[in-house]
Amino acid sequence: MNLKYASIAALLAAAVASPVAVAQKKYDPGANDKVIKIGNINPYSGPASAYGTIGKTITAYWKMINDQGGVNGRKIEFVSYDDGYSPPKTVEMARRLVEQDQVLLIFQPLGTPPNSAIHKYMNAKKVPHLFVATGATKWNDAQRFPWTMGWQPNYQTEGRIYAEHILKNNPKAKIGVLYQNDDYGKDYLKGFKDGLGGKVSMIVSEVSYEVTDPTVDSQIVQLQASGADTFFNITTPKFAAQAIRKAYDTGWKPTHYVNNVSAQIGSVLKPAGFEKSVGLISTQYLKDPDDEQFTNDPAIKAWREFMRKYYPEGNLHDASNVYGHAVAETMHQVLKQAGDNLTRANIMKQAANLKNFRSELMLPGIRVNTSATDFAPIESEQLIRFDGQRWQRFGSILGK
Amino acid sequence: MSRRQLILIAIVLLAACVLPFVVSSYRTFQLTMVLVYSIALLGLNMLTGYNGQISLGHGAFYAIGAYSAAILMDQFGWPYWATIPVAAAVCLVAGFLFGLPALRLEGLYLALATFALAVSLPALLKYHHLESWTGGVQGIVILKPEPPFDLPIDADQWLYFFTLAITVLMFWLGWNILRGRMGRAMTAIRDQHIAAEAMGIHTAMVKSMTFGISAMYTGVAGALGAITIQFVAPDSFNIFVSIVFLVGIVIGGLASISGAIYGALFIQFVPNIADAISKAAPWAIFGIFLLGFVYLMPMGVAGAVRMAVARLTRKAQNQSKS
Repeated sequence: MNLKYASIAALLAAAVASPVAVAQKKYDPGANDKVIKIGNINPYSGPASAYGTIGKTITAYWKMINDQGGVNGRKIEFVSYDDGYSPPKTVEMARRLVEQDQVLLIFQPLGTPPNSAIHKYMNAKKVPHLFVATGATKWNDAQRFPWTMGWQPNYQTEGRIYAEHILKNNPKAKIGVLYQNDDYGKDYLKGFKDGLGGKVSMIVSEVSYEVTDPTVDSQIVQLQASGADTFFNITTPKFAAQAIRKAYDTGWKPTHYVNNVSAQIGSVLKPAGFEKSVGLISTQYLKDPDDEQFTNDPAIKAWREFMRKYYPEGNLHDASNVYGHAVAETMHQVLKQAGDNLTRANIMKQAANLKNFRSELMLPGIRVNTSATDFAPIESEQLIRFDGQRWQRFGSILGK
Repeated sequence: MSRRQLILIAIVLLAACVLPFVVSSYRTFQLTMVLVYSIALLGLNMLTGYNGQISLGHGAFYAIGAYSAAILMDQFGWPYWATIPVAAAVCLVAGFLFGLPALRLEGLYLALATFALAVSLPALLKYHHLESWTGGVQGIVILKPEPPFDLPIDADQWLYFFTLAITVLMFWLGWNILRGRMGRAMTAIRDQHIAAEAMGIHTAMVKSMTFGISAMYTGVAGALGAITIQFVAPDSFNIFVSIVFLVGIVIGGLASISGAIYGALFIQFVPNIADAISKAAPWAIFGIFLLGFVYLMPMGVAGAVRMAVARLTRKAQNQSKS
């Protein structure tokens, strides 16, 4: 008797509950009860193939998540293609992912030119184009491109952070700027000038170089001659190393800020010479796997464990592998928030609704925040200074 | 042209017209790129296959064609179709002018000179005095052409048919050039340039003209490619483009018109297959494919097809005799 009533009650409950559950589940192409299909384009070959490891780390990350049961009970199917950093190939691969493979979204395509090539396409197709791996500021344009979002602190944000620091510590500084003459260099310079605001006249000299230039020696001499006592060095690794060495060798020794792009010990400071790099100031937002202070950090330890288990051939000293893990965690969070409403519109809504999210691989105090009008996930960074051995964090988190 | 060839061409054309209605728009886009590459390869094949001059720099002409189209559309608001003849003319002149001094260079030296062109062009495109036109590293984004006259097809299909029409035109033109006086002069110079000269062929003129026409073909392909991709940037035209073109004509078949199509299919689809096989070393897989083709079909796909057809015909004849 009891059993009978119980089963009727259960049936009734199921009858009442199931339409609700069905109504809550919403899908666009690439998502169903079992699978969420995510597309990705990475340079596994070509001039930027050093970054191909990011795609491999992310692939490994989803494998780990699937082993743990997936996201809200759904497995992640991660489809990653090689574009060789060639924009025409990126267009082809994006179309393949959207039209052929029918992915729910495209996550982490790498590089400014490849992403520029598919920017309009993704927005015309209304497919999320999420957390693109480039620091250009143009990805933060919710008004005109509501389907595209960056992730890392953009160049303008970082430029503003240095300006903020200079204004606070040396308001009488005479600043010399060296920048690469392209969108990357100009983006930094714009952020820096915006940060200085009314004090733009503090910049006493502004010189540029072309990527094709053999050295930047003459530019450094020019900056030194201008009487600048503070140097903002907006250069890519090879030129950064040259600039650091030359600024030291000529006896200039300004307060030297170098952009995050070149805040790399192995590829910049080592060739420049550690003794010549002492006192350099830069920014960071992720934990450096080689930094001894993080040897026993639980997040870095967990990351090493992850690398050993899911991506054993990956390099444990390559910061790109930390980056890949951290950005995949952010994507994971968006999918968790989206729940059973896996429409492209809701994915964008959740991506624009990250509140104080943190990957533990980020430095303490760095948080991811987005809103319907703010498509720049990470907007704060930690200042660091080189002590001759390693980067030391100092001061509070700057930015917003 | 024999009757059988005509029938064959008619069948291929018919298939080409039906294809976009049976495959997805993504495949249509890929096929459009195959057509684009086949025009470029035909151009390079005229120079290398028929005239015996090696160019490692045709990516540069491809880029010039692409940028001509992009700049005209972006800066001057030209319709996409009007940019094709301009791209052709610009590249014809550029190719002819480059061909004049390059005449003094033979074989590998010419290859190096053209290589220099291909290497320096992306840097030139980034040059800041040209930036207001070329858009610098950022490149230029182009709008996708919509089908005219309310045709009941989508933009990808329209672009495919537009490209197909131009491809047919260019191949017809190429066939006429190569079968005519000019083509005979080109091959004569390749095979025995002293004898050719003795027969009254103006070697210098023919060589420069070949260079110009070849560049023109590649430029037309570049313009169509830019319209299809809807984006040009210096990174799209690195030295690899030139190398891939050379790979295309060798795989397709040197001194063969149909070889351009086989080569285009190869350079469009084989890298994708390689990527599907291995993410770790896609180019190693590509290399294996390349070696396979070179060893198994030493005269290119076109040569292999020709031999197979000849063998089958012989067999059929033998059978009918017995």
